[in-house]
Amino acid sequence: MFDFHKNHKVLVIAALVGFVTLSFIVAVFPAYQMQDVQPLPQQPAMTENEREGLNIYIREGCVSCHTQQVRNIEMDNMWGDRPSIPSDYYYSKERMGVWRQSPSLLGSERTGPDLTNIGKRQPSIDWHLLHLYNPRSVVGQSIMPSYPWLFEIMDSNAVTGDEKVVNLPDAFAPPPGKIVIAKEEALQLVAYLQSLQQTSLPDGREEKFIPALESKQMSDTPEGNDTNSLNGENLYLQTCAVCHQDNGKGVAGAFPPLAGSEIVNDKDPELMIKIILQGYDARSEFATMQAFADQLSDAEIAAIATHERTSWGNTGSKVTEEDVRKIREYINKDLNP
Amino acid sequence: MDYSRQIFILSLFFLPLTAVAQTTTVNSENWITSPGIIGTLVLVFIVIFIAVLIFMARLNSYVKLLKHRQIEKKNLAFNEELLALQEEDIDIILQQRKSGLKYRLKGTELGSDQGAVDEKGLIGRVTHEPENPLFDEKKKTPLGIETPDALKKIVTYYLGASVFWLVFGTLVGQYVGMKFLWPEMDHFSWLSFGRLRPVHTNAVFWGWASLAMIGLGYFVIARTSNAKIHSYGSAWWTWRLINLAVLLGTLSLMSGINNGGGEYREYTWPVMLLFAIGLVITFWNFYKTIASRKIADIYVSNWYMLAALIWTTVLAIIGYMPFFSDGLGETVIQGYYMHQGVGMWFMTFTLGLIYYYLPSSLNKPIYSYSLGVLAFWTQMLFYTMIGTHHFVFSPLPWWLQTTAIVFSAGMFIPVVAGTTNFLMTMRGSWSHISKSYVLPFFLVGVIFYFVGSTQGSVQAFRFTNYVWHFTDFNVAHSHMTMYGIITFILWACIYTILPKLTGKEPPQVLVGAHFWMAFIGLFAYMVSLMVGGTYKGLSWIEGNAFLNSVILMKPYWLWRAIGGSLMFTSHLVFAYNFYIMVNKRKSVEPMRVSQVGQVNN
Repeated sequence: MFDFHKNHKVLVIAALVGFVTLSFIVAVFPAYQMQDVQPLPQQPAMTENEREGLNIYIREGCVSCHTQQVRNIEMDNMWGDRPSIPSDYYYSKERMGVWRQSPSLLGSERTGPDLTNIGKRQPSIDWHLLHLYNPRSVVGQSIMPSYPWLFEIMDSNAVTGDEKVVNLPDAFAPPPGKIVIAKEEALQLVAYLQSLQQTSLPDGREEKFIPALESKQMSDTPEGNDTNSLNGENLYLQTCAVCHQDNGKGVAGAFPPLAGSEIVNDKDPELMIKIILQGYDARSEFATMQAFADQLSDAEIAAIATHERTSWGNTGSKVTEEDVRKIREYINKDLNP
Repeated sequence: MDYSRQIFILSLFFLPLTAVAQTTTVNSENWITSPGIIGTLVLVFIVIFIAVLIFMARLNSYVKLLKHRQIEKKNLAFNEELLALQEEDIDIILQQRKSGLKYRLKGTELGSDQGAVDEKGLIGRVTHEPENPLFDEKKKTPLGIETPDALKKIVTYYLGASVFWLVFGTLVGQYVGMKFLWPEMDHFSWLSFGRLRPVHTNAVFWGWASLAMIGLGYFVIARTSNAKIHSYGSAWWTWRLINLAVLLGTLSLMSGINNGGGEYREYTWPVMLLFAIGLVITFWNFYKTIASRKIADIYVSNWYMLAALIWTTVLAIIGYMPFFSDGLGETVIQGYYMHQGVGMWFMTFTLGLIYYYLPSSLNKPIYSYSLGVLAFWTQMLFYTMIGTHHFVFSPLPWWLQTTAIVFSAGMFIPVVAGTTNFLMTMRGSWSHISKSYVLPFFLVGVIFYFVGSTQGSVQAFRFTNYVWHFTDFNVAHSHMTMYGIITFILWACIYTILPKLTGKEPPQVLVGAHFWMAFIGLFAYMVSLMVGGTYKGLSWIEGNAFLNSVILMKPYWLWRAIGGSLMFTSHLVFAYNFYIMVNKRKSVEPMRVSQVGQVNN
């Protein structure tokens, strides 16, 4: 009966049944079970515009370099506040119509940064447009492709005022008399990127990351919470350098320089810390700066501010965690008297 | 810095322990996943498994008994027929037997005292310099195998199309690889990185490897079944369908229409449907050919090839079905699909090809048929279960990840069985490697089969995955397997069979150039990305800014591009060799079918 080597029918049927059975166990049933997912209570549904942006994201193959999953291990903490859970993908991973399936957003390679939380990390529309038009205009060492076909170069006279103009630094600007404006597609893609924000879990529950460097932490000095243990330069590179650049010189026309800045070099760091905590939109020639109060701890802000005030020829004093804490309390009191 | 790195590496080894400690909480909810329960279940499963085995053995022997009785009956009938024979008939039979026994050889059948003259033109080429130190004269292929012209044409056309897709696909790959160094190379949307990357992978998958495999498979199936191909016409239909699928797929990907970005699943379903129909037709054609075989046994090659065709059809159906692919269901299917695409299609089919072409090129039987059968069933059992190891630490269910990791380790069984089988087949023929231009390709392919597969299993473990996942190490692994195993074996098979079919051999220097450029290129490619990928992972773990990991990769990407250029150049040489082998003009006349048996080892 089981003479596989003589009976081709039995052989083929056994191979088929075996494979189908195993496939159901390991793929079809688990996948089917994963359909039964609800969105988080506060999770916003995708708007039509954002969904169009997602389509462009898929069309241009962004998924081949950008992941959208925060794994439950320590090193992924920089990409989100908590590990990703199935509900996070409730709206974004719907089937894209008759011809195309649900987008493969989780990705398998991180040639570029993870984008799970990019909307929180980098909310500025101007930054995104510059970055899409030519990534090297804001991140000098980037190897991301440019997407000029999402933009249009037109005569500056022809501009009616409804268009979104992209103010490029000189090295990347079009010839005089011309101007770069963002097509609708670019704006939709940016709308999608801005919508990528982790929703916090209800009842303030926290999902834990699996720590990696326990032995390293134990080997630290007892006063491990000291500002000194945080690497201000590293934090600056992670959080601030995409706009203000790693040399602190900013991007002319978009992001102001920190090197030689009056605010940064001021003896009293109060204004500087306030800007970091609350954001800044006082100067029309530059893009808006977001608030970092929710993203960075007092110690981290102190480390970053210290790094900024003592690098690139700046001569400011060091900032302590205590300074930041006081100003944060003061602001909170101001907002909720 | 160095000190902390050492500590990190040490802690890496304990990571699995901490991971377990972190996630296992002792409460009644998780009882099913506790190690004790799982262990018990596994043990019970073993008992059930053995019970089923015993039951099946009993059933099998009962069915055999029934068959045996039938045969006895037939024998009885035959005996009675003998008894009923007439005297005259018996006399005739006895007379024939007597004359047979009296027959004696004359002594002149094989040779005589005449001087040596090459009357039949057996000697193809005369050299005055047999000891050339640089280009050792390789043995000529024993030319000519009696093959129907229709089959020759099919094999040649499948291989021809596959060579085209190889050159095209790797040209795209090379271009994409260079974009890591010069992101501003062009500004055409159709040539942007995100769109070209899937063009590269799909063209070499469905165009190059698939067409080459099916073409080579047609020859094996006819040869090992000692039968004619069931339908030549349907072979041509598959050829058209697959080429059309890759062509349409390439154009649609470049224009920005893709299925959602899941790797190797980028073609939309109408395009992949063409490919799947081609597979089903091929399966039916293979199946009918094997069914009409003139020998009792099904050669083990055919097991692998038939199974690969069925499994891949099932895979395409599951991969493209909409019912269970919203949300993370898509991710489960993606892990399953992309791993099985490699494991159940390319690896399984190629193994089938090795089981024929390796012994055939050594002119000896395979070492062990049973090891081949063991590897076959374990391939199905273990390979199918491991897809989710592409999503370790992801939001997919933890049990699914664990299953994938456990079965990844199980992959050692088919891999070791296969490797042992191939190496033992080669044993005793090592001297042939220096004399043959085919065997080095086989040897590299077989070694990579062991190294690449084992490395893949090891990479699935949680602590290695921790460092390497998401880095360029993955790209190194996929090239080590799809190129080091599949492509090298396919080349070996092509160089084995094509000269025999067409009667024309490629220049040996150029085969050597092809081999060495491809091998060195692959090595440079692989090692640079493995080293770079490891540094990248370590940089992430240390919490450095992300951009640092991009900057540190630049020299490694340069080496990758250099390796890639060598690989691509070798493909051009290969394409030229292919042209020489199939070119209609200047055929080597003297060597013909009847001499096959006379070429010594």
